[in-house]
Amino acid sequence: MNIFLVLTFSGVALGAIYFLAASGLSLIYGLMDVLNFAHGLFMTLGAYAGYEFATRLPSSWGAPTRVILAIIGATVVGALVAGITELILIRPLYGKPISQILITIGLDLAVVGLLMGGFGSTALQIPVPLWLIEPTHIGGLFLPNANFLAIGAGVIVLVGLELFLARTRYGIIIRAGVENREMVRALGIDVGRAFTLVFVVGGAMAGLAGVLYTIVFSGDLVSPSQGDGLLIFAFIVVVIGGLGSIRGSAVAALVVALLQQYTTFYIGGHSGWAQIGDLSTVLLLAVVLELRPRGLFGRVA
Amino acid sequence: MRWRPGVGLSVGAVFLVLFIVLPFIGLHVPWVLPGTLDIVNSTGTLEVLALCFLFAGVAVGYDLMFGYTGLMSLGPVLYFAVGTYVFDIALTRWEWPLFSALLLTFAVSLALAIVLGAIALRVQGIAFAMVTLAFAQAFYFLVESNPHNLTAGDTGLSLSYTRLPSFLSGAVSNTRNLYWIALGFLLIAYLIVWLVTESVTGHVFVAIRDNELRLDVLGVRPFRFKMVSFVVSSLIATGGGIVYILVIGTAVPSVVASTTVTLSILIMVVLGGAGLRWGAVVGAMVYVYLQQYLDKVGAEPSFARLPAVLRVPLSEPQFLLGAIFVLFVFFAPGGIAGIVVRRRLHRASATTLLSVFKKS
Repeated sequence: MNIFLVLTFSGVALGAIYFLAASGLSLIYGLMDVLNFAHGLFMTLGAYAGYEFATRLPSSWGAPTRVILAIIGATVVGALVAGITELILIRPLYGKPISQILITIGLDLAVVGLLMGGFGSTALQIPVPLWLIEPTHIGGLFLPNANFLAIGAGVIVLVGLELFLARTRYGIIIRAGVENREMVRALGIDVGRAFTLVFVVGGAMAGLAGVLYTIVFSGDLVSPSQGDGLLIFAFIVVVIGGLGSIRGSAVAALVVALLQQYTTFYIGGHSGWAQIGDLSTVLLLAVVLELRPRGLFGRVA
Repeated sequence: MRWRPGVGLSVGAVFLVLFIVLPFIGLHVPWVLPGTLDIVNSTGTLEVLALCFLFAGVAVGYDLMFGYTGLMSLGPVLYFAVGTYVFDIALTRWEWPLFSALLLTFAVSLALAIVLGAIALRVQGIAFAMVTLAFAQAFYFLVESNPHNLTAGDTGLSLSYTRLPSFLSGAVSNTRNLYWIALGFLLIAYLIVWLVTESVTGHVFVAIRDNELRLDVLGVRPFRFKMVSFVVSSLIATGGGIVYILVIGTAVPSVVASTTVTLSILIMVVLGGAGLRWGAVVGAMVYVYLQQYLDKVGAEPSFARLPAVLRVPLSEPQFLLGAIFVLFVFFAPGGIAGIVVRRRLHRASATTLLSVFKKS
């Protein structure tokens, strides 16, 4: 039972990271019809930015401060890179969705290639304070502290995003644009600015997801293609949750991550079944598509 | 408005004859082929060309689905990897005879394409792309996990040549035969795509690409046609996978089953010009050649003397190919074929070709 609870806890933490990765993707798609392949790249860049901050900041600042600054730095870098990508590469190709997808694929390949050349394809390690590695003892359970970090970030972003979309002017424009972009444009609102904004917000969440994944789940290791690996699960979450739906992404992220944790632990131990956790998420996707092609919370396609 | 098929046909025939007799020509070509590859009929060169041919075949098959039918699948690697792995396992692990192994491989591919195609085609556009990507990734996870010790996981499964006829054995002197097999595969793939695209079914494909709703209103159910396009394209990819394992001799998950292969195929087709058969062929040849070439050039000692700002990007083929691709999408969305067709033949053809990119 204890193992089950610890698994559930780390599943929720993984779900939080999937949510960060998937919700940006889903918003970008919902508003702009762009399948952003470079989202994996934004995550990888976030992780590398985290590495750079954590290693370059003066060690007299103490490990906790450096890790927090590294996480903030990763978020900012993700937002900046995404914003620039939208302005330079995506914007000139409005009205050509396939070209937009292709351009993000090319960008992803090119920059991941650069990262391999610049940092080498071997993984780098982010130095983290000891308390992040240690577990907290709660009611007979040992819960890894890093998991609290991921869950906290996920909850803060979910609440912040919901408030932003519900209460602010731009949030309302984005929601309206997801529902009916042409109508928003017809009302004389500059949708273009909302496009850039969505990319910036999505990129920030991707950068955050990238550095958190590194700290919480990959043993503090950063490698050039780790974001592309995460992107697959973000895609699965987005389709299961329903394209364009934030709540759908949140629910689907939890379901996918928990399923992955449970199957990996309970079945993956047998020889030849090591990848069952990853496989089960794809199976879930197939089942959801059979029963409900537009996803759990999707609008009509 | 008339496309002149005579020109293309003769150019194609000249290249075909040239490639057939190439293994007999011992020409020395410096620069074009770097390092030890500078003799056109050396084993290294023939192997690179065989790779070019087999990917050209796969690319033209993918173009049938992407360029002609407008279905952006991100999972062609699944059927390519099924070709490599099922064929490899049947020959190496189970020691089946060649013909049965071939039959099994295509049967598995056909069954998978029908089942997974039926599920994936329940959704459209971007969701279709994501779902096909996820299915392909599932196969990658599967071969990587080495179920029942069949696939050897990350180590890679080497092909056992014991059940293959002697002219296909791994000997270096047989590279020439494998080269011709790869060329033959390209020819067959091209002919299949040609026959399909010129048939009534092929015209329906184009109609689906241009306006699926209109077709639905006219009483034609697009689903079945999309299935045919998906299945034919997948079977061609499987053929490419079989030729791959014959030529290269080892199946490694990250090389034959990862998303990178899918993206490469997509790039080949777009680079060459989606929606035009020979465009995909040219795109694939250029892509594979550049990939091999840049890899060899990047390793040359003269590169080590360059400053890091230049050396790092220039010695990364993936960066250069990605950057070239971005430039093409921006400035020549019709690909190489789009440029040539516009200049040499007819403007009308180039605009039909570009319509793929206008569709949402």
